[in-house]
Amino acid sequence: MQSTIAVKNAPTDDARIVLSARDVSAWYGGKLAISDVSLDFRRNSITALMGPSGCGKTTLLRCLNRIHEAALGARVAGEVLLDGMDIYASEVSPVMTRRQIGMVFQRPNPFPTMSILDNVLTGPRYTGLARDPHELDQIAEEALRRAALFDEVKDKLRTPASSLSGGQQQRLCIARALAVQPEVLLMDEPTSALDPVSTLKIEDLMEHLASEFTVVIVTHNLQQAARVSHYAAFMLGDEHRVGRVVEYSSTEQIFTHPKESRTEDYITGRLG
Amino acid sequence: MIADVRLDKGRRARSALGLIATAFCSALAAGLLVVLLGYVIIQGWGALNPAFLTQLPRPVGVTGGGVANGIVGSLIIVGIATLMAIPVGILTGLYLAVYGRGLAAELVRFLAEVLSGLPSIAIGLFAYTILVQPFSHFSAFSAAFAFTVLMLPLMIRTSEEAIRGVPTAIREGALALGLPDYEGILHIVLPVARPLIVTGLLLAVARVTGETAPLLFTAFGSQFWEINPGNPMAELSLQIFTYAISPYDDWHRQAWGGALILILAVLVLNVGARLALSRGSRKR
Repeated sequence: MQSTIAVKNAPTDDARIVLSARDVSAWYGGKLAISDVSLDFRRNSITALMGPSGCGKTTLLRCLNRIHEAALGARVAGEVLLDGMDIYASEVSPVMTRRQIGMVFQRPNPFPTMSILDNVLTGPRYTGLARDPHELDQIAEEALRRAALFDEVKDKLRTPASSLSGGQQQRLCIARALAVQPEVLLMDEPTSALDPVSTLKIEDLMEHLASEFTVVIVTHNLQQAARVSHYAAFMLGDEHRVGRVVEYSSTEQIFTHPKESRTEDYITGRLG
Repeated sequence: MIADVRLDKGRRARSALGLIATAFCSALAAGLLVVLLGYVIIQGWGALNPAFLTQLPRPVGVTGGGVANGIVGSLIIVGIATLMAIPVGILTGLYLAVYGRGLAAELVRFLAEVLSGLPSIAIGLFAYTILVQPFSHFSAFSAAFAFTVLMLPLMIRTSEEAIRGVPTAIREGALALGLPDYEGILHIVLPVARPLIVTGLLLAVARVTGETAPLLFTAFGSQFWEINPGNPMAELSLQIFTYAISPYDDWHRQAWGGALILILAVLVLNVGARLALSRGSRKR
């Protein structure tokens, strides 16, 4: 099993740490969902958060751009440092944080009333990033190119986003996130609603994205974690369904020589 | 085995009886509406002619004339009411949908519910007390105010439901781009909710079109052209009322004609509401 998985080499360990979770705990109402999670995310790397359903990997991801707190009764404790600054500090606004840390969701969620172009430009337009029409066009083209979608849609930019296929819609959502020029890109199981061909396209795309951004991806697909990520964290829920990080290291290390027996059990299919 | 078959027969008989009873009542309800519509069309068709639609009422005893001032009056009063109800209704619905979890929101929701159950004549009396009595002057505006109060509960509820119904994924998509709340609501959430909000608006307009009771002591009615909302104004349903209780055959005929116009207007509004709804559901 382990030998069939081709594992990427991680970038050097001294690559700068862009994003860092310190003792992050999160609640839904009174229910603790993740407890004391500490993880570092390095520049230009892809970090996979993996683990069985309900282990809190999505909750952790949603704490990293302060979107967890948008849900009713949701609460976060701990620190998340972006370039050394705590995004949960009282003087930091969640709105500004989310412009630095973009997010792609599990299901493609293009804005249904908007054209392809307007979807991409929603961020730049309404965050005041750019107003000049010429500049907006450039931003749109660049974002669509980075998301490997430009050639497929360049002749129908004004048609509704809903006319695209599922895989194209997801790449549109990636382009939409990139158009705000974030530093970090969070991806919550971005291919789980897609067919294998679309999945492959997005995995290829992620490799390119890593050269410019810091990417964190949640996945319950081990092969995907092995294929695309440089670092991987294995999370597991305890008997009260409180998620914790069991092991975190380079992807190669975690897939070939896991330190924890629970990690090994999960990777070899005996757990989860 | 034989007993089983008998049991089965009894069950089938009861089932058939139930089917017949429900089908009969459905046919009765639908039939009543068809008879009513048919009767209004037969009675009102004869009154519909260009003069009826374009002329002023004639003095008592003179045949002919029309309800042009009443049609225009209805449009003005319902128009003003709609303009006032749109911002208040949609913004209240927005407040309830987005922030509506505390005691204050529950109170607003409860009051809107109570308001929707109030008899329209009571709302008319209220408008009379605060907008007619102090000025000793009937006015179309006081009628529009009463209509606004009548429209609000429906508009608040449909707007709240429309906005609440926008999928979480869409809202979060806007949040994740770093859009401030108001930008996300304005440019993302409201456009998605718009077809349902429009549906609610059209149903609210249909609800007050043809309301008569509040007009008796607000708009009051008029025999003349009047487009100033500060003055008493003719209104179609009010004219129907006046004509219907008169002893003149010609006025009775005109009352049926007016009723036909009102019914057609409400029909158009309802069809419009359905169209807006189906367009919206295709987009989601």
